[in-house]
Amino acid sequence: MTTTALLIAPVGLPLLAAASHAVFGWRPKTTAWSGAAAAAGLLACAVALAVAAVDRPRTGLGGLLRADALSAYMLVVIGAVALPALLASPGYLAAERAAGHTSAADARRYGILTQTFVAAMALAVLAANLGVLWVAVEATTICTAFLVGHRRTRHATEAAWKYVVICSAGIALAFLGIVLLNFAARHAHVPSSGALDWAELARHATALDADVTRVAVALLVLGFGTKAGLAPLHAWLPDAHSQAPAPVSALMSGVLLSVAFYAVLRVKVIADAALGVPFTRTLLAAVALVSLAAAAALLLKQRDYKRMLAYSSIEHMGLIALGAAVGTPLAASAVLLHILGHGLAKSVAFLASGHIQQATGSTRVDGARGLIARVPLTAGLFGASLAALLGFPPFGLFASELGMFRAGFTAGMGWAVAAALLLMLVVVAAVAAHTGRMLLGAHRPGPGAAALAGDVRLARSAALALTAALVACAALGVTAWPLHTLLDTAAAIIGAHP
Amino acid sequence: MSDVTYVRLLDLACGAFLLAAVLVLWRRDLAAIVRLFAIQGAALAALVAVLGVHEGLDGHGAELLALGAGLAVLRAVVLPRLLRRAIVGGDVRETEPLVNVAASLVVAAGLALLSYAVTRPVVALEPSPAVRAVPVALTVVLIGFFVLVTRRRALSQVVGFLLVDNGITAVAFLTTSGVPLIVELGVSLDVLLAVLVLQVLTARMRAAFGGTDLDDLRELRD
Repeated sequence: MTTTALLIAPVGLPLLAAASHAVFGWRPKTTAWSGAAAAAGLLACAVALAVAAVDRPRTGLGGLLRADALSAYMLVVIGAVALPALLASPGYLAAERAAGHTSAADARRYGILTQTFVAAMALAVLAANLGVLWVAVEATTICTAFLVGHRRTRHATEAAWKYVVICSAGIALAFLGIVLLNFAARHAHVPSSGALDWAELARHATALDADVTRVAVALLVLGFGTKAGLAPLHAWLPDAHSQAPAPVSALMSGVLLSVAFYAVLRVKVIADAALGVPFTRTLLAAVALVSLAAAAALLLKQRDYKRMLAYSSIEHMGLIALGAAVGTPLAASAVLLHILGHGLAKSVAFLASGHIQQATGSTRVDGARGLIARVPLTAGLFGASLAALLGFPPFGLFASELGMFRAGFTAGMGWAVAAALLLMLVVVAAVAAHTGRMLLGAHRPGPGAAALAGDVRLARSAALALTAALVACAALGVTAWPLHTLLDTAAAIIGAHP
Repeated sequence: MSDVTYVRLLDLACGAFLLAAVLVLWRRDLAAIVRLFAIQGAALAALVAVLGVHEGLDGHGAELLALGAGLAVLRAVVLPRLLRRAIVGGDVRETEPLVNVAASLVVAAGLALLSYAVTRPVVALEPSPAVRAVPVALTVVLIGFFVLVTRRRALSQVVGFLLVDNGITAVAFLTTSGVPLIVELGVSLDVLLAVLVLQVLTARMRAAFGGTDLDDLRELRD
């Protein structure tokens, strides 16, 4: 009974918050905080589920929802990233309304859509059925479409259109893959009550027809890879992530990409058992290296700092895919650690960038120079989060990248790791140069570099949330002890033993 | 229903399904394209109904008939009506597409060959009449992607996306007589909402850019 409640609450709480926005609108003192409260509740449920599911998977709602260690871990990630993003939301929207970018009706819609978005992500990781997982991931596209187009400018409309069309079409490929997998499963005598259930599919994987499964897995990786920001269908990502309001960018970059990648991980478990490790390994390694190369090439000359963060997300998803390609238990736990570390650091970076945009009125690197002197607190948070994203110690990403590379060399994928390291060197040089200019570069007031707006202080709640997220990210680099058992169990689910 | 009639009706429905997709490539008039899409939706519903009658009206067959009726309402009535609303007050013709009509038809033939090649493992696994028709459905998926990539009007892109979706739904029914009901409902809802979102975005695009020519969407780049 309690497990069922724990499984329903992560979806239900954000929906309740959405209902509160629908009924009462966005009230700065009251309902504006309901999203953050829902996220806190979600995080608490995630922790409770993690404790319950660490020894065996828990199911609920007639087998529709299931949480094993991997789902519980992903739910922790969603909660941990959503909490700072939603704590920073009220301050961000207050500044937007003060600047006249957002009306009361816009704010209400923002509240409803962000909450249904969080609920859809929670449903995606808790679904026991690949089809429901797909429906939830597609639902996130629909919820976020108007959030991307929130400002209704030409740029925002263009970004939203590309986002919906490319993501929906890309993910349609994944659905074709699901249909074919269902066909193969029917012939492998998977009971129709368990059709498309990922646990059932993994159990019967060896009986699946290899040829059909191969086509299905390729489609699934490509389709969910689109939503995860992986090449070759990554073109929507920099537009959408740079146009969305900062807290939404934080959620999209920080968790939505990983939630889509979670689907790839579930497929990988089935594929590894049905086709052997080499097939997904080659597929994922190729996708990973192309994504890294695309990100590195486009970061070099980047002039827009929000787009820079978006390309950095493509880079990190590439790394995560590379880690998944390696696939040993060590690599798998490094991948999971990286998902959490990246989520925390990237959301801080996007939230800080939202404040920089409000303070300077520009998203150009050149329009936001000398930030250390102009907005010291935000600049410090932005710089620290970028340091974390570039893999500097003590942050968690340093530990996880080290783990992935070590695992890669041990598993005989040294060539791929070496190529990735080279590309990362380019990324580090490019991002460090851009960030350095923003933080320390001489501020040249002139056309394009607007003067500071009146009230530019970072709201106290936002500052606290961002600092806490960075501290958590740093703590992950030192020790992951509270997560140790969970990480190991979750990694054992994904990790193949070639 | 005898087996011969079953196969004939199945082939008839699949033929109409494919023909509608090919004709979308041929027509430039946006209203005609929407009409063809509605006809394709009806053909898909008929296909599902034929499969349902073949399975027998007790049990799963009845469920299929009900699903077919639902598909007919959604894909032959509701979605075309939404698309028609998006045309009103806007452009009525496809401007010069990236690939002209004659070349498009040749490409469609090539895509049909490709889909026969790709689906060989699927047909080999179960050579029943329904599964033998899977290449036809996959051809529609590929034609949908082709429309999506080469057409320059917002509405034609939406139709391309819907062709992809129709094709995948057909594959699902032909191979396993459909995905589980809850998934089918979720997918239909997602498609409906996606089209609604795209319709609103089309209106905003018209307000912001003064038209729905996708060539205007070139401002965001590196």
